[in-house]
Parts: sequence; structure tokens; C-alpha cells
Amino acid sequence: MLLAASVIQSFAQQVVSGVASGAIYASLALALVLIYRAMDVANFAQGEMAMFATFVAYTLITQFHLPYLLAFVLTILLAFAGGVIVERAFVRPFEGAPVLTLVIVTLALFSIVNGLAGLIWGYVFKTFDSPFPARSVQVGGVFVGIQDLGVIAVTLVVLAVVFSFFRYTRLGLAMRAAALYPESSRLLGVRTSRMLALGWGLAAAVGAVSGMMVAPIVFLDPNMMQPVLLFAFAAAVLGGIESPVGSVIGGVIVGVLLALVGTYLPGGQNLRIPFGLIVIVAVLLFRPAGLFGRREMKRV
Amino acid sequence: MVLLELTQVVATYGPVRALHGIDAQVPEGSIVALLGANGAGKTTTLRAISGMVKATGRIRFDGHEVLNRRPEDVARLGVAHVPEGRGTLAQLTVWENLQMGAYIRRDRNRVKQDLDRVCGYFPWIPQRRRQPAALLSGGEQQMLAIARALMLRPRLLLLDEPSLGLAPIVVREIFDLIQAINREEGLTVLVVEQNASLALQLARRAYVLEVGRVVLEGESDELARNESVRKSYLGY
Amino acid sequence: MTATGALNSSRLRASTIFPALVALVVLFGIPLTTDSFQTFQFANVAVFVVAILGLNLLTGYSGQISLGNGAFMAIGGYTTALLVARLGVPYALTIPLSGLLAAAAGVMIGIPALRLRGIYLALATFALALAVTPVLNNFDSFTGGHAGLNLNPAAPPFGLDLSNEQWLYFLCWAVAAILFLPARLLIGSRTGRAWMAIRDGETAATANGISISFYKTLAFGISAFYAGVAGSLQAVVLAYINPDSYSLTLSLSLLIGAVVGGLGSVWGPVLGGLVVVWLPYLAERAAGLHLGPLSFGGKPDIGFGILLLVLMYFAPAGLAGLAGRAWRWYRRLRRGSGGPADGESEMVEPEPVETAERQVEPDQMST
Ligand SMILES: Nc1ncnc2c1ncn2[C@@H]1O[C@H](COP(=O)(O)OP(=O)(O)OP(=O)(O)O)[C@@H](O)[C@H]1O
Ligand SMILES: [Mg+2]
Repeated sequence: MLLAASVIQSFAQQVVSGVASGAIYASLALALVLIYRAMDVANFAQGEMAMFATFVAYTLITQFHLPYLLAFVLTILLAFAGGVIVERAFVRPFEGAPVLTLVIVTLALFSIVNGLAGLIWGYVFKTFDSPFPARSVQVGGVFVGIQDLGVIAVTLVVLAVVFSFFRYTRLGLAMRAAALYPESSRLLGVRTSRMLALGWGLAAAVGAVSGMMVAPIVFLDPNMMQPVLLFAFAAAVLGGIESPVGSVIGGVIVGVLLALVGTYLPGGQNLRIPFGLIVIVAVLLFRPAGLFGRREMKRV
Repeated sequence: MVLLELTQVVATYGPVRALHGIDAQVPEGSIVALLGANGAGKTTTLRAISGMVKATGRIRFDGHEVLNRRPEDVARLGVAHVPEGRGTLAQLTVWENLQMGAYIRRDRNRVKQDLDRVCGYFPWIPQRRRQPAALLSGGEQQMLAIARALMLRPRLLLLDEPSLGLAPIVVREIFDLIQAINREEGLTVLVVEQNASLALQLARRAYVLEVGRVVLEGESDELARNESVRKSYLGY
Repeated sequence: MTATGALNSSRLRASTIFPALVALVVLFGIPLTTDSFQTFQFANVAVFVVAILGLNLLTGYSGQISLGNGAFMAIGGYTTALLVARLGVPYALTIPLSGLLAAAAGVMIGIPALRLRGIYLALATFALALAVTPVLNNFDSFTGGHAGLNLNPAAPPFGLDLSNEQWLYFLCWAVAAILFLPARLLIGSRTGRAWMAIRDGETAATANGISISFYKTLAFGISAFYAGVAGSLQAVVLAYINPDSYSLTLSLSLLIGAVVGGLGSVWGPVLGGLVVVWLPYLAERAAGLHLGPLSFGGKPDIGFGILLLVLMYFAPAGLAGLAGRAWRWYRRLRRGSGGPADGESEMVEPEPVETAERQVEPDQMST
């Protein structure tokens, strides 16, 4: 009896912490989907941009001694500006270019951002303190880390803000229209090119949150986001790469599955990334539109 | 007063020249039709006006040179273009389509009034406002496209084959509406049509295009009596 | 069709033989004039040339993006390392075997890849690239895990009077030269034309009766063969192997090499190999380059990234495309100044990849 209870207990804990990491993947996946919808390309630099933003937050906290919350908000704003600048400077010249070109451009950004972070902050692992206490609380008989709950709560707030923005604001509506129907939107006076830049800014801001949430769990270093990017891709593909809601649900599913794989399979930690690969390939082969994608795969 | 004036407009798609120097005028408050066979360059003419295709020559709208302006800037000058295929924002709701129509406007209260006014023209809209526009029928989508264009409060409405694929009775309804709006609000309309007899009833003046050139122009009733127009476009 | 065919083949002959001769002279000159480290670096260049040749066939010609060819290099590398270190098989034997094993893996990956295009294939192969290291680490009893495997350095055979580096240099370049030829021939063959047809529009290719699945899978298999051989050579050259060498960085440098050299160009992979091996070294040397407290030493990533962006913008056909442009410009200059116009010795026209060019339609949609 006692044994069974502790098995269930540990399983439940794994699920909760899986949901928490899933929330992190979901934020980055949402960032990917925002850009994918607007320009039909996966931004391979999304994770690196998030990593860079996290280093900025780190500097604001450790060098400028800002309180966490202020650094958090400031970082999101800076990430937004950074995303807009990156789009204007490096992506805009390639507007309308074929997929291969855009993939290479985002890979180039990947290299540059990664190298810049190494240049500025070095490759020594750094601890990024969590804003949440390391204690657990008991919820319905299960001990749950406050850290996990905090990550989930922050992600929920961010998602709520993003979805409300798209749903209820004039600008959000125009961004959706511009992403889906660029020609018609221009005829209605929408500056689609500017919307694209805003989209990159928004994606960078959302991605920055995922970086700041993941940094306390792993160590902060320039390569920290690469596995996260892979899992975010898995989440986005699983949810349907055109569906923002799908990407969030996909993120949670991937997070929980990974937590279980990592805990219950022998050698599980090494298998997490291969598992991400399997999810991506399996979804693309058997359900290319993902769980929530309405449309068939695009004519890329 | 002439609201829109095209002078020697030439447009090319890569190596293909689609317009070979179009001259046309649209007086303020009038309805003008562009007629012609498939591939004559009617759509291209409208696209040149709204900046969707590069061109040379001169296109003056309301005192502005709009040649090769960006489409979004032309729209902001008050040109609403309902493109071939209606340009429906299919995944957005009917209501969002209308809001997008008013995207460039800042006068919130007037927009509200215009929504009511447009719903007056198309009484079916309010009850379907929450549906994705993709679920509307072809005729409804055409009406929505016109409604969306009206939300911009345009000075000039460009309509590309509003009758395409619609039942005659629906076409009638839409044309009556365009006429009514023109009469009541003085809206200037440049309409592209395959259906020449309808277009000549609707428009005061018309231009006939053939392979990128204006071959005939005149008052509608004159053209309707013209031998070659009757043979080629009216079929009697 | 026949007339242009004849024209092409005469041009092909002149255009292949001349640079090949130059290449031969340079190849034998390098180990005689460089120090042992530089010779070693140039052996590494050959390794990358082989891998990029394969990737160029896959991405440049058949139009399938792969960010994961490092995985095939890993298969080649571990095949050689395990056979040599555990079973004492001679190096030379393991090289073709590595290629074949990798090719088999390539076909196995090529088949599901048939259903993925463009961005989806990029995603899946990106995941593949990331998965290599942890998988190798997971089977550490077999692969030696983090500690890696040491091989005995390959010494020159038959009592040849060469240093180890010189021997490795000649070995790698010999393999590269041997593999260059079939790649060149494939491009000009029915297969190459089928690949390009597929790359430039699958619908049209189907209409011409090309079996798309066959040719796309073939491209994956051949590309993986090249990568496998390259991986094997790399293990021999370094005499050491461990899972961390097969990180995302490796796969990315292959793609970078292919793009920088010139996707869909015959000589691009050679230029790409040079850049991929020497740029990091030069970046390492740039340790003296300071920007305030920041040192640019050992940061090739930034350089690669900027190079990629600049090339994609100004010369989507890569360095090979630039070289071709420069050559034609030079010839026009010579002809213009009254020199004899010889129409025969036309330099290789790099066939630029349609997909790599910016399709800014000047007559559409002013932006
Ligand atoms: N995007 C394009 N690329 C190349 N050529 C085009 C393009 N669009 C139109 N054309 C060509 O330009 C010419 C004029 O086309 P346009 O669409 O203006 O004709 P249209 O009068 O609207 O015909 P329809 O009644 O069939 O709509 C045609 O020859 C057409 O093939
Ligand atoms: Mg038309």
C-alpha cells in the first residue's frame, strides 16, 4: 500500500514538473508559430534569441542589481525591441525569398547570436536564480514544487496576454490578417512589412520568457536553449505548426512525455533529445497537420 | 471633376507586357466600367492603380500621383479595391472582416455608425457576424467584400468582376446595391466586368480593353448600340 | 536539344579539365610547402570537401534540405573507429565500409523524408543533428561514451618517405579526388538532371515521368555515403573519436560549407571545405582582436553567420558563383581590350540553385 502510494506520488510529481517544462516549451513553440504563420519559415534562431535575452536579464540582475521583477519586465521589452531590430536588419532584405534561403538566414542568425553571447558572457556555466522558493507545497496529497507552479503560472499569464492581444486588439487582428492574407491586408491599408517586424518582436518577447524560466533549471550558458528549441519544434509540430493554441497544448504533452521518459526509461536522460526527434518524425509522417492544424501541409 | 486619371499606363509581368499604354478617366461620383475578354488586362489595370503591380505612365488620384505607391498607401488615400476572387479573410470572422475594412480609420464613432449602415445594406450580416467568413456562400462573400470595402469609407471603389460565379439574381441584387450606394452617397466606382450587358446598364461610361489597349470608350448607351461591342461582348 | 547538348559537352570538357589541372598542381604543391600543422589542416579540408560534396548533391541538386548530415559522418566515424580499435581491421578497408553503412542509413532516412518538404525536412534533420551525441553517449559500453576511442595514428605504408601528416593529406585528397569524379559525372547524367528537375518543381518532374521517390531517396543514400566516408577519414586523421565531435555544430558547418561554397555548383564544395576548416582557425588566431574587454578569438560562429548573410544577399550562388562571375568579367575585359576571343575555354558555369536565389520579382508588388 505504502509502496503503491509512493509510486503514484512520484508519478504525479513527474507529471507536474512535466507540465512545468511543457509550459516552457510552449512559450518557445508559440514564438516559433507566430513567425511561421507570418512567413512560412521556422526560425532556427528563436532559441538563441531567447538565450541572449536571458543573459541580458542575468546582467540586469547581477551587474545592475535590479530586482527580479523589474529585470524580467525590462528584458521582455528589450527582447521585443531586439526582435524588431533583427527582423528589420537581417530578415527584411530576404522578404519573399524561398524557404531554403530563409532557413539559412535564420541559421546564420543562430550562429551570430550564439557567438555573440559567447563573446560577451563566455562559456562558463552560470547559475540563474529562480524567483520562486525551492520549497514544495502539498496539493491534494501530492508534493508539488513551488518552482513548477510558478513557471506554470507565469506561462499562463504570458499566454493569456498574447492571446488577448490577438483576439481583442485592432493591431492583433491586423497582425493575424497580415500573416494569413498579406495581399488582401495590404489592400486594406495594413503595412504588412511592419506587422512582420512586430511579429518578430512579439516572438522574441515570448521566447525571452521561456529562456528566463528555463535558466534556473538548467545552467545559463550559450548552448542552453538548443534542446529547448528542439522540444519546442516537437511541440509546435505536434500541435500543428500553424496553430498557436495547438503549440501550447503540444508543449504540455511533450513536457509530460519527456518527464516520464527521463524518469522511467533506463538511460532516460540521454534519450530525451532522441525522443524529441521521434515525436517530430512520427507526427510529420502520420499526422502532418498535427493535432490541431486544420489545413493540410503548406505548399512549401 | 476627374477623380482618377490614367495616362499611358504600361505594366509588365516579367517579359510579358500586359498593358500597352492605357488612357482612362473616372469622373467623381460616376460609375465607370472596364470591359474586355479574358486576359485583356482589366485586372492588371486595377492592380496598377492600387500599387500591386509596377507600372509606368501616370496615375493621378484626387490630385496625388499614385503610380508605384505601395498598396497600403494607396488604400490610405481612400481607394478600396475588392480584388479578383474577393480577397476574403477566410479564417477571420465576418465581423473581423468588417473591422479590417475600417483598419485605417481613427474615427471610432463613425466606424460604429458605418457598421450599422453597412448592416442595413446587408441585413444577413449581424446574425452571422461570429462565423468564419469561409463558411459564407460565394455570393455572401462577395457582399461581404463590398461591405468591407465600404467600411474604409473610400473615395473610389475598385471592383474586379463582382459577378464572377454568382447566380444572376444575386448579381442583380449586388449591382442594384452598388447603384444605390453610388446614387445616395456619391461613391465613385470603377468596375471590371465580363458581363457587358449588365455592366453597361450599371455604368455611365465604359472602356473596352483588348490585349492591353483601350479600343473603345464612350457613354454606356452609345457602346450598347455599337455594332462591334454588340457582336463581341453582348452576343446579339 | 541535341545541339545544346553538344555545346554543353564541349564546354564541359574544357571547363572541367582546366581547373582540374590547376587543382592537381596545387594539391601536390601544398604538402611540400607547408608545415606539418598546415598539412594536417589541409587533410581536414579534404575531409570536409568529401562531406560537402555529398551534401551539395542532396541539397544543392535534389533540393532536399539536410541539417543532419553530421549523423552520417558519425556512422562513418564510429564504423572505422570500432573496427580499427576493437577488431584491428586495416584502416583502408573500413573507409568504403563506413560509406556503405552510412549510405544504408541514408536510404532509411531518405524514405520517410520523402514525405517531408522544405521546412519540415529541415526541422526533422535538425532534430537528427541534435540527437546524435546523446544517442552515442547512451550506448557508451559500445561507443566508449564521453571518453571516446583512441586509434593508432595511421603511418605511411610501403615505407613511403612521408611524414604522418603528409600521408594523411595524400590519403584524404586521393579519396576526395576519387569521389569528386562520380559526383561530377552524376550531375551531368540522367540522375543529375532528374534531381534538378525535382528541385525546380516536382509537379513538372512528375509530368516528365521521373520517379521522384527513387531519385530523392537515391540522393539521400549517395549523400550519406559521402558523409560516411568523410566521417571515416576524419576518425583516421584525428586518430580519436568521441560523441561530442558530432554536435549540431558539425552538421551546421557542413551546411555552411555547402552554401558558402555555392549550392548546386561543381567546385563549390572545395571552396566550402577550405572556408569551414580555415575560418575557425583564423578566428582562433584573431585572439589579439579586441573590442573593449571582448576578444574575438575562437569565435568563428559570428564570422560564419555574417559570411552566410552577406553571401545570401549579394551572391546566393556562393563563392563558386562569385568566382564564375569574376572569370566571365575578366574574359569580357580581355575580349574588350582586343584580345583573342576564345569561345571554347568557358569557365565552369555554376548552375545556381533556383531556390537559393532571391525571387524579388521586380514587376510585382512594390515593397
Ligand atoms: N502574375 C502574372 N504573371 C504573368 N502574367 C500575368 C500575371 N497576371 C496576369 N498576367 C498576364 O497579363 C495579361 C492580362 O491579365 P489580366 O489578369 O489583367 O486580364 P483580365 O482582363 O483581368 O482577364 P480575366 O477576365 O480573365 O480576369 C494576361 O495575358 C495574363 O496572362
Ligand atoms: Mg481579371
